[in-house]
Amino acid sequence: MKFIRIAGLYIFIASVLLFIATLFMGNYTLTETSIQQSFSGKKARVTETFAAVAKENGVLDNTYNSQFSFMNDVKALFDKHNQRVAEAVAEETGVSNTETTKIITSASQSGKVVYTKELLQQVLPEAKVTLLDNATNWMYSPGKTYDSVDAFKNDLNNKISEINRSQAGEFLLYDNKYSRFDITERAATGIIANNKALFLFLTFGLGIIGSLIFIIAGLFLKPIPGIKNNGIYLHNATNRGWVGIAVFGFLVAFYVLLYFHPYIIANWTNIVDPLKSAFIKNGSASQWFLYGILYCVSMIVMGIRMFIKYRHNQYQVVRTASVLFFQIIFAFLLVEILPLFDLPGVDLKNAWPLDYNFLTDWNVKNYLNAGHLGKFMFFWGFILSIIVVPTLVYFYGKRWYCSWVCGCGGLAETLGDPYRQLSDKRLIAWKIERWLIYPILVFAIIMTIVVGYNTYNIIYNPTAVGDSTLFGINAYKINEWYGFLIGSIFAGVIGTGFYPILGNRTWCRFGCPLAAYMGIVQRFKSKFRITTNGGQCISCGNCSTYCEQGIDVRAYAQKGQNIVRSSCVGCGVCSAVCPRGVLKLENGSDDGATRHEVPEVILGNDMDLFEMLENNK
Amino acid sequence: MSRYKFLTLLSTELPTQTNSCTDKNYKTNHILMEHIVIIGNGISGVTAARHIRKLSDKRITIISAETEYFFSRTALMYVYMGHMKFEHTQPYENWFWKKNRIELKKGYVEQVKDSTKELVFTSGETLKYDKLIIATGSKPNKFGWPGQDLDGVMGMYHRQDLENLEKYAPNKEVCKRAVIVGGGLIGIELAEMLQSRDIPVTFLVRENSFWNGVLPAGESEMINKHIKEHHIDLRLGVNLQEIKADENGKVKSIIIKETGEEIPCTVVGLTAGVSPNVDFLKDSNIELGRGVKVNRRLETNVKDIYAIGDCAEQHEPIGQRRPIEAVWYTGRMMGETLAQTLCGNPRDYNPGHWFNSAKFLDIEYQTYGWVFGERGRPKYEKHFHWKHPKKHICITIAYHKESNKFLGINTFGIRMRHHSFDTWLNEERSVEYVLEHLADANFDPEFYKLHEKDIVAQFNQENNTNVQLKKKSWRRIFSY
Repeated sequence: MKFIRIAGLYIFIASVLLFIATLFMGNYTLTETSIQQSFSGKKARVTETFAAVAKENGVLDNTYNSQFSFMNDVKALFDKHNQRVAEAVAEETGVSNTETTKIITSASQSGKVVYTKELLQQVLPEAKVTLLDNATNWMYSPGKTYDSVDAFKNDLNNKISEINRSQAGEFLLYDNKYSRFDITERAATGIIANNKALFLFLTFGLGIIGSLIFIIAGLFLKPIPGIKNNGIYLHNATNRGWVGIAVFGFLVAFYVLLYFHPYIIANWTNIVDPLKSAFIKNGSASQWFLYGILYCVSMIVMGIRMFIKYRHNQYQVVRTASVLFFQIIFAFLLVEILPLFDLPGVDLKNAWPLDYNFLTDWNVKNYLNAGHLGKFMFFWGFILSIIVVPTLVYFYGKRWYCSWVCGCGGLAETLGDPYRQLSDKRLIAWKIERWLIYPILVFAIIMTIVVGYNTYNIIYNPTAVGDSTLFGINAYKINEWYGFLIGSIFAGVIGTGFYPILGNRTWCRFGCPLAAYMGIVQRFKSKFRITTNGGQCISCGNCSTYCEQGIDVRAYAQKGQNIVRSSCVGCGVCSAVCPRGVLKLENGSDDGATRHEVPEVILGNDMDLFEMLENNK
Repeated sequence: MSRYKFLTLLSTELPTQTNSCTDKNYKTNHILMEHIVIIGNGISGVTAARHIRKLSDKRITIISAETEYFFSRTALMYVYMGHMKFEHTQPYENWFWKKNRIELKKGYVEQVKDSTKELVFTSGETLKYDKLIIATGSKPNKFGWPGQDLDGVMGMYHRQDLENLEKYAPNKEVCKRAVIVGGGLIGIELAEMLQSRDIPVTFLVRENSFWNGVLPAGESEMINKHIKEHHIDLRLGVNLQEIKADENGKVKSIIIKETGEEIPCTVVGLTAGVSPNVDFLKDSNIELGRGVKVNRRLETNVKDIYAIGDCAEQHEPIGQRRPIEAVWYTGRMMGETLAQTLCGNPRDYNPGHWFNSAKFLDIEYQTYGWVFGERGRPKYEKHFHWKHPKKHICITIAYHKESNKFLGINTFGIRMRHHSFDTWLNEERSVEYVLEHLADANFDPEFYKLHEKDIVAQFNQENNTNVQLKKKSWRRIFSY
């Protein structure tokens, strides 16, 4: 059985190494077909022009053996494409250079400017006259005169390039991470692109099989249920040793590539295309679909590990089942399925302010354009954040969300479980926690107000749409900064990437604005507490060590005091690892006395406090 | 409200103690800066120091030869097992002591000179005290076995024992087999520790069944089974004859007295109980029995010298308690009590109802009130025993056979609420009342299968009664 277990480990490691290796396999060739697929949502002119430009620059049908050299040549095409498109469009529907010269020549007579609508009608076709008339009639209004030809030229050129730009707008391409990804993904050829299903099996398939063999063999090697944290602090993987550092490196690299350079991992998305095809015929997976698959697979495999590790603890079993359910059904399947019914593909359990894009214009439009059901889903977002969240926190503590429903929490409680002991328990960490999480909540609220105001204007008050600012803050800028700093760097790169270094709840503890919001409710108005069982604590410290939120549970337990903390996510592990049965997660009465006070007698001393007070008077 | 205040409001007060009474018109002003010296930085000494600091501004010094900072002795096992690092066993961060003006001194006290109120250290240094608290705890028993001081023989009590074990039993390659002598709570913990590193263990227990001096037969038998289930070679009813050495003075094997069997081993753990660590007081004027003799005020025969914790021995046992109680909780209670006395609220040590807990490998054990094993059981004590048909879950309820008064409960594999039983013992409830309200006392995590119905049904069947189990009631739980 030991051998089988090791074999499972090796299979898993091999699959991970192969998964990494696939990034360096296969070739990239820009063809007319691949261009068509990349820009399938755009006009034919885009593909045609782009292909033509690519051909002229020797990129079309040229085979590159890495995505980097490929992108090096492709990124130069964007500007050339845009220039070409703009010129062609100007000829057809805009104002071309020759036409501009004509206007200027006929308008400037011996150093004087005579610019009129009639003049335009003489040199331009009808449609173009209207365009220019609309844009420049102020230039021949009665009050306007030009002293010099240059001033006139300047105004005219500005207006004409404005016209041309708006005419060409729908054909322009932007060199950003999305277009880079779309092009690279479709340009992939060779071994991976031709054997997607095989590689899906060799990477994901074998990875799942190997890790499950490893996990399930452990069940036979240690058949007696109970807390078995043996060797956690003696092992490289869980003690910030070299295995932990390697995992850390992999996770951080993955998040950086996923968020900022997805074209580099285009092969990975190709590998999961067969799965995407389960939802859409010949589906092509985006990096978010890949992420969703990885997320679900990690949670299921490590969830099975949780079921085995805590098979004696029904609370952990039910809780793990719950996070798996919400991840697979709500965060993954529904997000894929809803769009098939022309509904927004949103995670219906993702509550604001964790869902920081709730009020952005595109998101709200998505809802409002999806009929009654879409509108109801939008409405549900408000109900969830304003009513459901605080109400359930009142009855059950924030655990109902953080460790039963939430996706971030779900990953932390499954994939992150081996790292829970790494959270910092020092007082200074608690101080840092409070100086980070509440300001981030404030940041999220301000961002939402600014963005919501802008969205309101766009939808209900289009005439008032100005520069999209409120309190001097630009809605798009603040949304972008929040998304970059909090949504990507903090929640992703640090939140998950740093599991093996900082523990599994770094984001939930230091960053999540929803956790902050629920924490305030939990701290001041909730039935939830961790009850300390009288005087039974022996100060061993298992509870504090295994608290993923870095709460010094023992500090309360050894005083006989209940634990009422805003940061507690109610994972129940302190209770599980306690060797003396001291801790119990409970929803009792919310009156201050029974929730907070230390019952002196319970520590074991038969002290009469009233008598003591009397004597001290 | 400033932002800072707002943030502070969001959490409970920080777990530090700053509420000393410097600024109050405290009636012990005349002894301000009185120097209290505590020998021993275990739970008793540290609890005393913390509570003295809470109540006063006296100068406090804690002396220890073992470690610089307080750690939880009960957690040493988890360090070897890799559940924790040593630093995790320290309940207070290192800055805590300075912040609370508790001076820490590392050193070994050799002599207590009560005439000059002075301590003499082995290093020759001296330290003056105004009040002295002896809280030196226990040391492992050694019964004069041949070979008991060889390399590779150790107790499992001190930090140094842990280092020793790490040296002689780092893994199963270095340590081929370990023999543990003495079937108590430390013995089974040591077995669990060694087993966590896959080191084969032979466990010699003098009694015919594990810990049956304390546990009733059914429970003791269940633990026997559980030990064997973990592939620990449990030998019941045997004694150690001698420990044999190899040519380097290291442990080679042990001989069992009853059978003469020789068991080759690398490590021998001596866990045959503990006794008060008071040898350094033999030449002092302090009255010693097995421990330091104290009265209910925890005073020794010498003025201004007190003793608390494992090393204290009551002149008269309190209730059914033993005169020496080597238990975490009693050490803590004595520390709290003595702090009150020293800060002007003289109090007797008056422990409430007995409670204790332990963990036998995977089986948690809690006890409230008194449940006696076969030995020393009062004639009036009657037992009701329920055991789960398959799992290692059982309870034993002791009650008075005439009055049916509830006396105590042992519970294995079910967690129970201390507060409930403490209240029921205070109120002198009957066994029927306890059973009727048993659901209130359940302390297992949510979603656990509940066994109260089966328990009550069996009681009704055995005693021809009609106890009806009541539903759990928060109102009742909080009114207790």
